[in-house]
Amino acid sequence: MKKNNETLPKKNPLSLQLDVSKFELATEDEKFLQQRMRPSTTFFKDGMRRLSRNKIAMTCLCILIVIVLIVTFVPMFYPYDYSTQLGITPGQPVDGSFKNLKPFEYSSTELARIEAGEKIFPHIFGTDALGRDYAIRVIYGTRISLIVGLFASIIVLIIGTIYGSISGYYGGKVDLVMMRIVDIIYSLPDLLMIILFSVVLKQTLNLEGTVLEKLGVGMISIFIVFALLYWVGMARLIRGQILTIKQQDYVLAARSIGAKGSHIIRRHMLPNCISVIIISTALQIPSAIFTESFLSFMGLGVSMPMPSLGSLASEAIDGYASYPYRLIIPAIAICLIVLSLNLLGDGLRDAFDPKLKK
Amino acid sequence: MSEKKLLEVKHLKQHFDVPSGLKTLKLKAVDDVTFDIHEGETLGLVGESGCGKTTVGRSILQLYKPTAGEVYFDGELIQGKKTIREFRKKAQMVFQDPYSSLDPRMTVSDIIGEPLDVHKLYSNRAERDEKIKYLMDLVGLSSEHASRYAHEFSGGQRQRIGIARALAVDPKFIVCDEPVSALDVSIQAQVVNMFEDLQAKLGLTYLFIAHDLLVVKHISTRIAVMYLGKMIEIGPANEVYHNPIHPYTISLLSAVPVPDPNIARANKRIHLEGDVPSPLHMPSGCPFRTRCPRACAECAESMPELKEVRPGHFVACHKAEG
Ligand SMILES: Nc1ncnc2c1ncn2[C@@H]1O[C@H](COP(=O)(O)OP(=O)(O)OP(=O)(O)O)[C@@H](O)[C@H]1O
Ligand code: SF4
Ligand SMILES: [Mg+2]
Repeated sequence: MKKNNETLPKKNPLSLQLDVSKFELATEDEKFLQQRMRPSTTFFKDGMRRLSRNKIAMTCLCILIVIVLIVTFVPMFYPYDYSTQLGITPGQPVDGSFKNLKPFEYSSTELARIEAGEKIFPHIFGTDALGRDYAIRVIYGTRISLIVGLFASIIVLIIGTIYGSISGYYGGKVDLVMMRIVDIIYSLPDLLMIILFSVVLKQTLNLEGTVLEKLGVGMISIFIVFALLYWVGMARLIRGQILTIKQQDYVLAARSIGAKGSHIIRRHMLPNCISVIIISTALQIPSAIFTESFLSFMGLGVSMPMPSLGSLASEAIDGYASYPYRLIIPAIAICLIVLSLNLLGDGLRDAFDPKLKK
Repeated sequence: MSEKKLLEVKHLKQHFDVPSGLKTLKLKAVDDVTFDIHEGETLGLVGESGCGKTTVGRSILQLYKPTAGEVYFDGELIQGKKTIREFRKKAQMVFQDPYSSLDPRMTVSDIIGEPLDVHKLYSNRAERDEKIKYLMDLVGLSSEHASRYAHEFSGGQRQRIGIARALAVDPKFIVCDEPVSALDVSIQAQVVNMFEDLQAKLGLTYLFIAHDLLVVKHISTRIAVMYLGKMIEIGPANEVYHNPIHPYTISLLSAVPVPDPNIARANKRIHLEGDVPSPLHMPSGCPFRTRCPRACAECAESMPELKEVRPGHFVACHKAEG
């Protein structure tokens, strides 16, 4: 380097002229590296690789996996049940000491049993006003909220995808009529509709003796409302997607080859829609969970004694001054789930949406 | 080149309904076009953007159902589902846009293999792979790239993939819809040369669409010129290029840049007055009369028919004389 500088004529320090000595010839290996294209991957692998690089999305995914694992397995060996009021044993006087325990506090009967050498599982979050273990109720509530979110999204997914693809694929007058219906439904105020539905259904639906009884009228009306109202966004999205794909030359090329309609839908339309479907479903779940929590909080969701995160928060409002953690715990759970799902959905969109891809 | 007519197009019309306010207007994208293509030749089709070149190509291939008119291929009228399906194995298309004509979710081997799948042109997996490899070699792609996605390739390479897909069914006739206009000038010549090589090797017949007269002159046996959905001049490539008769063709040719500045200066450029009329509101009589320097009263009244002005050289103009 130094030797080179001596041989070259002196350069003005402000000159932008390139220093030739700083360049070297590329070796054969380096040339070969330049020629090589990046290794081929499938679309799915490519997307997953990009997703796995997204730290926020991966953190959210881990949080969600942990939550799902807790919610599925912990109730199996947890010593308490979400509906059992502790201290009430048939044929014996009610033991009031179980009510409103603080976290990790034991009731007087339990303390006596511990004295006697028995091991008793602590009430991690204490108990509620009726003497039910609060931790298991939160776990159960989370489970219910997740299930509602998932199923509501699946309903939305199925109806929206079918409706949207039909509308987009046939186009013309069919599309016009179908989309006007969507516009009408879209303009209805959804929360008002849910409230009306649950009030009306509560009086008309007779669920006694069926499996659905346990879920409660509120829950059923949430599903019905999702099935009736919330699919419109999805339907619009899918229709738009199908319409753009329909105009792509590769669909025309497939027709020029002699491909039939079913082949085109299977080989070209669906694979090009799938990422939009996955992403919007992932983003639909938190919105459904939030709606459910909101309704349960208003007393329209799940029916007693079944907990959900919203109804737990709502019950906690009464004793808020003395037991603030009973409100904070389900609120944190809702925030954690909704936020994680939203961020994961964003991550999925970044990873799989070809429009943002370079 | 033989004298056998491979493709005959008779009075082909393609009208689209275009909604405009409350009523729908008829857009005559192609209006009463008649021409033949001989076996083994290349017919160059030129015209300004929007004059209906793509529509002619697509209507011939029955990608749009023609409003009226007939297409005969090898003497057989193309009509009905069964004939069309057989026709798809003999006539193929290379698209204008090498980006949107390849499915971004498919690998190169799936794209090229799709026609094979659709027509079940192989008996086992190995034969399919063999065919795909052969097609990729044919268009100058390395078969190692078979498992890549189209977006990993350059425009020229993508167009080669599109050509390989068209060749997969072993067609006799290919509509090349401006196959090079989306490409870099530096690779246009390569791709055009490849079309010529393939023609010599496989005995193909082309309808080669372009808006650039130079490209067409280079590759065509005959040239056809379109204006506003009508065919106005058709004849042997050299004839049309050196002795154009229709005023529109003359103005088109005067717009072609000439490499020698002395000739260029001597060559008076003819500037066309006004814009192309909207195909929704076609002028009466000759479509070119709003811009024609030689227009007369007769031109407004009747549409001139294609007349044979010189041997094999047809022109649609009232003022055309040998
Ligand atoms: N599917 C369609 N529906 C309605 N109008 C159409 C349709 N396809 C083409 N057109 C119209 O027909 C006319 C001819 O279009 P076409 O694409 O054939 O032109 P072109 O000569 O290929 O132009 P370019 O050089 O830009 O490709 C245009 O005015 C266009 O707007
Ligand atoms: S027919 Fe008349 S208007 Fe049309 S090109 Fe000839 S001279 Fe011009
Ligand atoms: Mg075109």
